[in-house]
Amino acid sequence: MDLFSEYGSAILTSFGLTLRLAVYSGIFALILGTVLAVFRVSPVPVLRFVGAAVVYTFRNTPLTLVMFFALFGLAYQLGFNPAPDDLYENNFRLAVLALGIYTSTFVCEVLRAGINTVPLGQAEAARAIGLTFTQNLRHVVLPQALRSVINPLASVLIAMTKNTTVAVTIGVVTATGVNEASGQMKTMMENESDQILLIFIIFAIGFMILTLPIGFVANWASKRFAVIR
Amino acid sequence: MAASVLYDAPGPRAKALNRVYSAITVVLLLVIAWFVWAKFDETGQWDAEKWTPFLEAPAWENFLIPGIIGTLKAFAVGSVLALAFGFVFAVGRLSQSKLVSLPSAVVIEFFRSIPMLLLMMFIYFMQAPLGFDTDVFWAVVLGLMLYNGSVLAEIIRAGVGALPKGQTEAGVAVGLSDGQVMRSILLPQAVRSMLPAIIAQLVVLLKDTALGYILAYSELLNQIVKLDGNFKNLIPAAIVVAAIYIILNTILGLAANYAEARTRRVARTAAPVGHAGAIDPVAAEAELVQKANAANAGGAGPGA
Repeated sequence: MDLFSEYGSAILTSFGLTLRLAVYSGIFALILGTVLAVFRVSPVPVLRFVGAAVVYTFRNTPLTLVMFFALFGLAYQLGFNPAPDDLYENNFRLAVLALGIYTSTFVCEVLRAGINTVPLGQAEAARAIGLTFTQNLRHVVLPQALRSVINPLASVLIAMTKNTTVAVTIGVVTATGVNEASGQMKTMMENESDQILLIFIIFAIGFMILTLPIGFVANWASKRFAVIR
Repeated sequence: MAASVLYDAPGPRAKALNRVYSAITVVLLLVIAWFVWAKFDETGQWDAEKWTPFLEAPAWENFLIPGIIGTLKAFAVGSVLALAFGFVFAVGRLSQSKLVSLPSAVVIEFFRSIPMLLLMMFIYFMQAPLGFDTDVFWAVVLGLMLYNGSVLAEIIRAGVGALPKGQTEAGVAVGLSDGQVMRSILLPQAVRSMLPAIIAQLVVLLKDTALGYILAYSELLNQIVKLDGNFKNLIPAAIVVAAIYIILNTILGLAANYAEARTRRVARTAAPVGHAGAIDPVAAEAELVQKANAANAGGAGPGA
């Protein structure tokens, strides 16, 4: 097993990078997705339009193109460099931005579906006791909506974790030259062309280790926090 | 719950507030638009020579049309193979025999849990050791097939699972074999009820063809780089290509909406007949839709 002795630490480092991409993008996507969902159900027509336009545009554009645009459009043309002094960190943050925005549109649609599962009477009761739109959302509707969409939300986060591989489009690399998982797998397959199957299995298992816990936690949480009606 | 129950019909004060919020939003949007416009202007992105190529034949003949064809070719072959794969493994997983259903389940779950890009790379690098010519088209298409086929298999399986039990029982009662029940009773109904979810997955598949860019398959996204090489217009080319993707997806999305509207219409008349009055048709339909949504959410996550 000289594959492990030679590449073991590189594989761990690359999955560490993938994990970091997933965690930061996930947090960003959840926050932005919630904001977009609030926009889409808000009483202000302009906000509804903005929410719908953002969701429609990014949902129908391939993630590869969003990544591409983040580097070539935002960074090279618009001069938007989130970490101008550190090339590696800069690309990492651009990848988080692209993946986060792309995923947030799916988070938004899941949340909107969740809002639809909250019985009408809940919002009506909230209005009847005089809650405003934001109070209504914050204290009555969103908590219930969130609890009913834990599983679909987990599906979105699992898909997002797998989508971190698309970051290879703009090249997310650590300072020591280790790529995130897909780039690292490509490098290894190019160098060790007689062990392609083994390399693939290693990376496949790596992604299962990253994604399976999300599903388990979501299954447990969706039962634990289910809204009993 | 419709969005409108979240708030009352606006009174005078709410109307005034809404106008203030609208104004703030519009101003913010204008500031962002101005910033982007100014930056693009600074770097000369609005120069006429960067955009005029898209009004003339060569850019379309040499770059965009071949790119669209490359994308659509991968989409067409990929979706046909994915649908075939999905049907085979859905039926396999629903099989009575554990010898068939267990391996099918393993295959479906495995390919659903692997990033599609890794699959494509694996197939790409595996072609030479297996004695095939290295062909990036098949690496992309087979990757699309394995992942989307597995998701489609789960969608179809959920569709079959959502059918009333009486359907199978009636089929068995009139003497059909398991295969005949599946083929002539369950699958046609499952496909009909799941058509919107199936088309939604095809939209995902269409977007996923863009992963071919990373493997240097000459699809639409790759043409941006080539256009830039010829006309020095990377940003305009990227904007045009994004617009083409959005248009293609919109067309598929309209097809999904049409299918959904049609299914609803058909289901309303067929439901009471199918359930012979034993089940409240409205409740049954609601349950079916709910199950379909759950299956959709579980199976078809966002593609790449």
